Amino acid sequence: MTSYPTTWKRPPQIFKHRGWRIGLQLAVLVWFVLAIGTIDANWERIAAGMERGLRFVQGFLQPDFTSRWSDIYGGLIESLTMTFTSTIVGIAISVPIGIGAARNVAPRAVYYVCRGIIAVSRALQEVIVAIFFVAMFGFGPFAGFLTLSFATIGFIAKLLAEDIEDIDETQAEAIRATGASWWQLINYAVQPQVMPRLIGLSLYRFDINFRESAVIGIVGAGGIGATLNTAIDRYEYDSAGAILLIIIGIVLIAEYGSSYLRKFLQ
Amino acid sequence: MTGDFPKEWQYRTPKTKLLIWAFWLCMVAGFVYCWQVMNEGTIWFFVQDAPKQAADIGSRMWPPKLSYVPELMIPLWDTLNMATLGTMLGVILAVPVAFLAARNTTPSTAILRPIALFIIVASRSINSLIWALLLVAILGPGILAGIIAIGFRSVGFVGKLLYEAIEETDVTQIEAIRATGASPTQVLNYAIVPQVMPAFWGITVFRWDINIRESAILGLVGAGGIGLKLQASLNILSWPQVATILLLILLTVVISEWVSAKVRTALI
Repeated sequence: MTSYPTTWKRPPQIFKHRGWRIGLQLAVLVWFVLAIGTIDANWERIAAGMERGLRFVQGFLQPDFTSRWSDIYGGLIESLTMTFTSTIVGIAISVPIGIGAARNVAPRAVYYVCRGIIAVSRALQEVIVAIFFVAMFGFGPFAGFLTLSFATIGFIAKLLAEDIEDIDETQAEAIRATGASWWQLINYAVQPQVMPRLIGLSLYRFDINFRESAVIGIVGAGGIGATLNTAIDRYEYDSAGAILLIIIGIVLIAEYGSSYLRKFLQ
Repeated sequence: MTGDFPKEWQYRTPKTKLLIWAFWLCMVAGFVYCWQVMNEGTIWFFVQDAPKQAADIGSRMWPPKLSYVPELMIPLWDTLNMATLGTMLGVILAVPVAFLAARNTTPSTAILRPIALFIIVASRSINSLIWALLLVAILGPGILAGIIAIGFRSVGFVGKLLYEAIEETDVTQIEAIRATGASPTQVLNYAIVPQVMPAFWGITVFRWDINIRESAILGLVGAGGIGLKLQASLNILSWPQVATILLLILLTVVISEWVSAKVRTALI
């Protein structure tokens, strides 16, 4: 009887030559050692910080909603209004840009301009944009509103453009065959096909904007992030824990609410 | 007989039309209300003044101070390491969480699955900048806090996408392996892991690309890397240096996006 092997190993797929594989693994190992070497951990500082870490965990388990409630409430209202207005304005601006960035409905020149706008909006980090808007427009939620609107454009317009490029061309052709103008084509062939996805994307972006609004407050653009930053700077970990729990709770509600709404609309 | 029917065909019933109208009314009213609440503290003089300010900052930023670039190489190296090590940490933490969260591989739907889902949501709702803010207070400033912050934020992202991939695995292949008399670990190893492997690498590279962007700004709260230099330059109002740093970040982001797109098309 021949003995069959009891294990099986998939042959290598990408790097077929043995030398390449060993070389690559060695390179990764060398990089890993070098990278670990650059971590300048100060163990005394970490040991001293552990007590603080423990206090933070305690604060998270026993959050203090009451003693800083008026600050938390103010930050929350700023964040929510900022999120709502910036999502709406962002979508209103990104719909025409998204249509312009779809290769199958826009002229070539418009296509490149709109793709350029999307690339700029996506390449710049929200926090960096916020720093500039705060410098230009002053502290407060107005700068945050502009930042989030700007970031929404890149996200929605890109995904909308890809969706328009993926539409069923036969329907567009049928509308075109009736002698429809460009506006009628957009209204009767493109819009019904992309509408469900646009609604889904808008709700998703609302969710993202709320999360981002918690961050851009750190650089002065208003919202709950500013309150959180202050709480951590003042070592009030129980208030910080309460703020974080509120953020998690709102994100949860937004996520489940939007998935329910999307199911209801489709 | 004929009088009851409308003469013209309409796509929607009057009731849906009314509902849609009410929806738009609510949106507009909500927008106006939110706009007013938000702008209570806005100083409109600053807003009017903004174009002048923008032109002023722009003129100060140009030309970028290119002689500053060599000084930025070590912080850039730190940033890249922070992103990569953070991604590794995040993936290592995310894999068990994903297997606990997936409906078809979780050992207990009643206890462990909700916990895993909560970990994923908590990690996803808190941005890495906030994690860094906390960890810098606990661990002290430096790249270690940045790595852990990036790792914690990645857990939710990788965990969510991976557990969805695990739930979408083909049942017939699992059944075939099980029919050979394989143990549960062998089923995992030979039926589920090969199916999610391409998704796993795709998600990891995608997250790595996002982490490069995020790690560039973590320095703003003291977590090391090029963001520290950015913060320092902003504090001394050295706009040509700020411009240089931003250009370098932009270049890094474009390169990492290109690498990640290449790797993903090669894998999938």
